[in-house]
Amino acid sequence: MTLLRTAPPTAIFGLLVLAATLLIGLFAPLVAPYGETEIVGAEYLPWSAEHPLGTDNLGRDMLSRMIFGARNTVGLALLTTGIAFSVGAALGMFAALKGGWVDQLMSRAVDVLMAVPPLILALMLLAIIGPSIPNMVGVIAVIYLAPVFRLSRAAAMNVVALDFIGAARLRGEGTVWLLRREILPNISSTLVAEAGLRFCFVFLFIAALSFLGIGIQPPTADWGSMVKENATLITFGDVTPLIPAGAIALLTVSINFIVDWMLHRASGLKS
Amino acid sequence: MGNLLTIRDLRLEAGSKTDPTVILEGLDLDLDRGEVLGLVGESGAGKSSAGLAAMGFVRDGVRIAGGRIDFDGTDLARASHATLRRLHGRRIAYVAQSAAASFNPAHRLIDQFAEGPLLHGTADAAAAHDDARALYRQMRLPNPDEIGFRYPHEVSGGQLQRAMTAMAMACRPDLIIFDEPTTALDVTTQIEVLGAMRDITERYGTAAIYITHDLAVVSQMADRITVMRHGREVETAATQRMLESPEQDYTRSLWAVRSIRKPAETGPAEPLLTLDGVGAHYRSFKALDGIDFALARGRTTAVVGESGSGKSTLAKVIAGLMAPSEGRVLWDGAPLAGDHAKRSRAQLREIQMIYQMADTALNPRHTVRETLDRPVAFFTGLRGKARRARVRELMELIELDPDTFLDRRIPELSGGQKQRVGIARALAAKPRFIICDEITSALDQLVAEGILKLLIRLQKELGLTYMFITHDLATVEAIADEVVVMKEGRIVEAGPRGQIFEAPQQAYTRRLLASVPQMDAGWLDRARRDAAEARSAETAA
Repeated sequence: MTLLRTAPPTAIFGLLVLAATLLIGLFAPLVAPYGETEIVGAEYLPWSAEHPLGTDNLGRDMLSRMIFGARNTVGLALLTTGIAFSVGAALGMFAALKGGWVDQLMSRAVDVLMAVPPLILALMLLAIIGPSIPNMVGVIAVIYLAPVFRLSRAAAMNVVALDFIGAARLRGEGTVWLLRREILPNISSTLVAEAGLRFCFVFLFIAALSFLGIGIQPPTADWGSMVKENATLITFGDVTPLIPAGAIALLTVSINFIVDWMLHRASGLKS
Repeated sequence: MGNLLTIRDLRLEAGSKTDPTVILEGLDLDLDRGEVLGLVGESGAGKSSAGLAAMGFVRDGVRIAGGRIDFDGTDLARASHATLRRLHGRRIAYVAQSAAASFNPAHRLIDQFAEGPLLHGTADAAAAHDDARALYRQMRLPNPDEIGFRYPHEVSGGQLQRAMTAMAMACRPDLIIFDEPTTALDVTTQIEVLGAMRDITERYGTAAIYITHDLAVVSQMADRITVMRHGREVETAATQRMLESPEQDYTRSLWAVRSIRKPAETGPAEPLLTLDGVGAHYRSFKALDGIDFALARGRTTAVVGESGSGKSTLAKVIAGLMAPSEGRVLWDGAPLAGDHAKRSRAQLREIQMIYQMADTALNPRHTVRETLDRPVAFFTGLRGKARRARVRELMELIELDPDTFLDRRIPELSGGQKQRVGIARALAAKPRFIICDEITSALDQLVAEGILKLLIRLQKELGLTYMFITHDLATVEAIADEVVVMKEGRIVEAGPRGQIFEAPQQAYTRRLLASVPQMDAGWLDRARRDAAEARSAETAA
């Protein structure tokens, strides 16, 4: 609580938006006025009391789909980023700590992964193993693992060179202690900053895959594909398709507010 | 009143306006043309801030809250940026502590030299280059015609420091601020650099402010000395008078630091650790070659040498951070594995290390409690109450109050406190042998003295054996029982302290001893003469 009291307004705003998104996503079936895929009226109905954001290209309620979209898009993006970061950071620190051929092997493997353009790699992998939500999460996590690995390896390299790592090694500490207690706290601020940015990339990547038809499959609601599905409305001067886009932007900005605040705290700067 | 610089009642503040931290208070300084003023004090005494203020410059977040800085008719405290820019480099120059960090690594020395003269329009490029070569020659840099075309990383630290002094002289300023310019250098290099700096300021009649914590050095350079503490002046007097009869207690305590002596050990020496023909390589470079000596139980063995002599490599080999390529290390009569991972837990516990840079030797993300708790738990297996009691006991051993310090984070400690925590971490393992790697070289004299006294006390109480690696002979004289002198990976000479200091057998040992700054004013001239003779003797031989 004392933590929240010292938070700047931007961070509080970010936290509120994130909390609201998560809560809405979690309780989507209770909050949403209609079902996710339920067809409730004609296509492209204007905003009204019954349908606050109108209906979409198939006559489904926009607001309900926004709410379910929060669950799908945000939940999956968070999950994917989480996997990419925990695995990537652990491997990166491990490579930095061990050095030598272990580091060489892991770094070159990651280079191979990064040599292929991410979208093409994702298309290829998903074509092989088939498009499904678990597969998509796995593939994006593997693709985003590469930059996280490189970042955490580079950051950990600087820490590994310091004497306290030598002191802990001389004590006979095991690898897990070295990674978790000695290295991780020193590179966590770098990782957190990167996570905020990567989360947005993953978010957009999922939207892109959905657009290409191998991401989140219709009729499941997702903010990325909702923009595309209703894009025709823009030509008529209707802002409805921009609402999911706005939601993506709002969440991205909020998360970066939170990340900035955490970084500020981690670096010990008082503003 | 100084006829070049007069500082009156200067006050520097940092932090908020309502509750400021005072950096300098009521400082008065006077400097005549061609005069050298020494500023002496511990770190945090405000001597660097005072030096920078003499240029009209303050660090970020610091402001001039009062007073005048009168430089040849201009009040620098109120001067505009444009005025300061005209003066800086042209009439007032600055030589920083770390030349390596002050040169731009991407440009050649001579181009950085020419920057000032070109900017201030005192010379064109060709003239500046000619002048650079002339000054390099006067600073007695090797190959003065060619050295300017090298990049900073291609010349040694001592040469870089001289190149920086030459650069400061480029516009023939009226005043140079030297901010601890030789602190990072070896003693033998320091002599050359000090000599060159003194010659060039005398030659051009340049006034200087020489900032240092080393009294012996300042007594060679300065005409007058000002002692500072907590941002205030303690006393000012002519060098000779300051050395012979300081008036303030604080000044006397600074002067007395060099007088600790560990009582000589008597009785037979039994070896605890024996090095038997140990050699070590960095790829093809032989860093250690045929090292044979024994460390006596309960004694302090000092390993002395300049940088690159292999003394830190020796510490790594004993600690197990680097495997020897030949020979063996015997611990208590039994061979010790070269790699620490192959040593037993008991061996790891018994051999501990204290590091030079306490800043990097302690994890900045941990509190003092976490730093000590882990080795206590790891090596002794104590739990709960007993473990907490042991951590408190360690804090008392190192003379830090547990209630005040246990929950502080490492970055919240001062340099001396950090080093004490580093000692406590080593003690947590209940070791028999501690390797001290240059542990006082980053500390002020007074703080270093406290650390040395603590180590001597701990040795007596806990029966510890120390290997003390250092390049500072004053420290060796204070703490060592046995001395090993190293050069280029070999042992030059070894023996009891008395023998090495009073009757050194080898020419190198004599040269090293002669390089230690002495407090009398004629030392630098003597040392330079001796060094020149020794060099010509070495060349002749």
